[in-house]
Amino acid sequence: MQRYDAIVIGAGHNGLTNAAYLAKSGLKVLILEKNPHIGGAAVSRELHPGWTYSNCSYVCSLLRPEIWRDLELARHGLQVIAYEGGITFMKNGDYFGNYSDHERHHREMARHSRRDADAYERYVADVSRQSRLIRPFLLRTPPDPTSLRPRDVMELIYMVRKYWDLGESALYDTMRFWTMSIGEFLEEYFESPVIKGHFAGGGIIGTGLGVYSPGTAYVLLHHYMGEVDGSMGAWGFARGGMGAITQAMAGALRSYGGEIRADAEVRQILVRNGKVQGVALANGDEIYADIVVSNLDPKRTFLKIMAEKDLPPDVVRRARNFKIRGSSGKLNIALDGMPTFTAVPDHHPLLVADLHFIDSLERMERAYDDWKYGRWSRDPYLDLLIPTQVDPTMAPPGKHMVTVFVQYCPAKLASGDWTPADRDAFARTCVDQISEYSPNFKDLIRHMEVRTPLELENEVGLTEGNIFQGELTMDQLLFNRPFPGYAQYRGPVTGMYMCGSGTHPGGGVMAAPGANAAREILMDLRRPPIVPKDASHD
Amino acid sequence: MTERWDAIVIGAGHNGLVCATYLARAGRKVLVLERSTELGGMTGVRRFAEGFSVPGCAHLLHMLHPGVARDLELASNGLRMLATHMPTVALDEQGGHLTLTERTVEGPGMSAEVTAVYGAFMDRLRRFATVLAAANEKMPPRLVSEHWRDHLALAKLGWKAWQLGRDDMREMLRIGAINIFDVLQEEFDHPLLKGALSLDAVLGTHMGPRSPNTVLNLLYRLTGQTGAGNGVAVAEGGMQGVITALERAATAVGVVIRSGCAAKRIVVSADSVTGVEISSGEVLNCGQVFSSADPKTTFQRLLSLDALDTGFNRRIQNLRMRGTAAKLHLALRGAPVFRNLDTENLGSRLLIAPSMDYIELAFDAAKYGAYSEHPVMEITIPTAHTPAMAPTGMHVLSAVVQYAPMHLRGGWTGDAKAGFMECALKVLSRYAPDIRDQVIAAELLTPADLEREYGVSGGHWHHGELALDQFMMLRPVPGAAQYAAPIPGLFLCGAGAHPGGGVSGLPGRNAAHTALAGAWRK
Repeated sequence: MQRYDAIVIGAGHNGLTNAAYLAKSGLKVLILEKNPHIGGAAVSRELHPGWTYSNCSYVCSLLRPEIWRDLELARHGLQVIAYEGGITFMKNGDYFGNYSDHERHHREMARHSRRDADAYERYVADVSRQSRLIRPFLLRTPPDPTSLRPRDVMELIYMVRKYWDLGESALYDTMRFWTMSIGEFLEEYFESPVIKGHFAGGGIIGTGLGVYSPGTAYVLLHHYMGEVDGSMGAWGFARGGMGAITQAMAGALRSYGGEIRADAEVRQILVRNGKVQGVALANGDEIYADIVVSNLDPKRTFLKIMAEKDLPPDVVRRARNFKIRGSSGKLNIALDGMPTFTAVPDHHPLLVADLHFIDSLERMERAYDDWKYGRWSRDPYLDLLIPTQVDPTMAPPGKHMVTVFVQYCPAKLASGDWTPADRDAFARTCVDQISEYSPNFKDLIRHMEVRTPLELENEVGLTEGNIFQGELTMDQLLFNRPFPGYAQYRGPVTGMYMCGSGTHPGGGVMAAPGANAAREILMDLRRPPIVPKDASHD
Repeated sequence: MTERWDAIVIGAGHNGLVCATYLARAGRKVLVLERSTELGGMTGVRRFAEGFSVPGCAHLLHMLHPGVARDLELASNGLRMLATHMPTVALDEQGGHLTLTERTVEGPGMSAEVTAVYGAFMDRLRRFATVLAAANEKMPPRLVSEHWRDHLALAKLGWKAWQLGRDDMREMLRIGAINIFDVLQEEFDHPLLKGALSLDAVLGTHMGPRSPNTVLNLLYRLTGQTGAGNGVAVAEGGMQGVITALERAATAVGVVIRSGCAAKRIVVSADSVTGVEISSGEVLNCGQVFSSADPKTTFQRLLSLDALDTGFNRRIQNLRMRGTAAKLHLALRGAPVFRNLDTENLGSRLLIAPSMDYIELAFDAAKYGAYSEHPVMEITIPTAHTPAMAPTGMHVLSAVVQYAPMHLRGGWTGDAKAGFMECALKVLSRYAPDIRDQVIAAELLTPADLEREYGVSGGHWHHGELALDQFMMLRPVPGAAQYAAPIPGLFLCGAGAHPGGGVSGLPGRNAAHTALAGAWRK
């Protein structure tokens, strides 16, 4: 009989982090992965000979540095190459460059609007303040505001104090920031359409919301509160692709004695008398453990691999109503050479960074309108990166790998399910937009992988292809994530836990949910608290 | 020696009158200035064609606060309700209308099960609305404060929420900040029912059913159905009946009302308010000024920019108050005939909002500065209750029509207005096929007209969007959310202040109470 102390389902970054902490604490841990490869949505895959694709997540910033250090990810091979800024190409042939160099940035902003260049200082100060405010909460378990348990009351007081310490005026600004739309937030600072369009992207990536939907200013933080090497808000490429992160985590897990089993799909979590017994695999094997941690999204966890009879009706209803609409697509492209962009010279330093081709809030909002009614955006918001400019390991010499994130793309079309013809038309829409600004792009394409939410669901197992395992709206954040009353990583069955992005603090390759869940498990087992909490250092 | 007033109230809309009356009841010598010759502001009456009159903007009482009605003895001042807790009819093009009351829904496809779900759903929302109602009755507390009153007010609100019980409180925290679309998708299948419910969540706002904050707007509207509230109601004499009662209540306690007299400038000397300059150039001296004008008008037009600091001015500048609701008035030869609707139902509130997607599509246009090709409507036939508003046998129709953005691309030219009027009539005649032949006169008030006629910036009905970032201690902006403006002696008492729009009288009452409570705040 196979017996472990804990079984983690799903070897994505959160599952691996969770398993690694549990193993580090001395538990006998097994992590199960349905795919032949591990990594979930943080993978590097050679899908065209010679080219490595980060075919899901593609850049790194949010990964908590505390976890990075604890799990010694650097020792296990993780290197992140930072880049900063980006370019938004404009319809009129001009561009806006978001430089990291302060002087140059100011000059470029002023080229579009002198007023905006001045307002930028205020903008950065305000957004950084919000980022600093939220970061300490990432590695904390949200309190239940309806509970009178000392732990919840203390945590609530801690939160309130943090806000209180801001002072009255800043507190009100914070409340507004949390409840505003990114469009309206930016309009309070900037007048130039392209500048607003450039900064608004972070508020909509991965969400089923438009730039004018309240709540999107908060989503911006999910793209702003990260860091690379201590530089706040910076982003970077994992050398060798995003799989390098999960490979390093797997290395850490193995070094603590944890076991990884791929090609092992879980059919059901076994429950008896309200207690977890273990899991049954698709191949019929049963593996036993007193603790089972699901890294799957809440819908899959409660509606697919748990039996309805084992769950309170409330949880089943909430899982059914859980909002997890897919809104993003992805193209991964192998290029025969470096594309040229007409608006900027070749070797422009910002070509390393995020490239966008949509230059106003209105165009972004219209892109969202398409999604609302079950169409992919006819004029989408693209986030294009060419990591091979700084990471030669991902393509043959002189060749390039391009990752294109596409917002918006629905999981289900108004016309019905996705067909291969739809998928081709979707890809064409995106490539056509790029070609408007890079005439030789099309001719350089050697291979292209097109991913709609459907592919993301089928391959990675994210319901509806939602990259955050559940939308980041107010009804699904903090103590509401995934459901009210179940936000502290414990499931409704004794010994069952959740550690995916569907739990607080949500999506992005952050690994915080995995670490937080491990902290709660170790607390229940009365083991030493080895998972960091509130290790904010700024 | 010029006359000196204790307080001057700017604007004789319902909030201005309520505020003035509370002040006078406490012994203050109060003058109300109204730029129009008619009282009532956006609640007032409008004679748009010979022999025909309509309520200018607000055409139904959703939430007149029972406490205000009691304090001001509105009943003995002549206010009588002709109908309370009125039903709503969600019109269907084919005649399969739904009739919604506060707890029931009837019509084709409405099984006992749906009715039960509807009743439970509305009851739950009303329970949430009681928390909001409690907050609406008080000045919003400051969140960072040394004063025990703020702490007490916060504790009371927390207690009110606690009383809901754990399940309700969790549910309120879950849905309170999101959109009505997602909530209704969880509960119902019937498109018309969802359309009707979501219209109540977007009426008068720059929002569609998918916009977060729409649940908040619905809860706000439902506060009128909590406690001793009348629900949707019609008074004798229509909205004019409310204004007449308020005017009587005011003059009975000695309030002086000067109509046809516009405030031009609030006079500030030595950093505090000393009077109001009127359009003739005369300066009226006073100790306190209560402005029921909207915050942008108050701080940007009636005051000079240098009276306030930059941060505050920026907040006022960023206040969102883009009106999107237009008003359609039709003078009709006879009673309008809606397909499959009995004449006795003409007194109900009629909605044209066939589905949530229909509303959302109508809203999409407004986002880009166009009007809706297929607008949504809240329709009343005021003459069904008050026949005197039209010549014998004839009728008027009053409809809120959305969406008509304040800043229409190309502006509200004559052609644009005619175009939108045509869209509205086209939609209307799908439900009432003969209506065009019955029209004697028609008028469309766009937000631009409302701005001009009623002096409200942006033509916004509620003097500012009701959204979480413009709510409670953030309404209209931090620094003026406790009614007192940053200039000593100046108070806000209009819908731009907490709690917000709707004919509740609460902003006026709370502002008066705050000023009368006096010095503890400063």
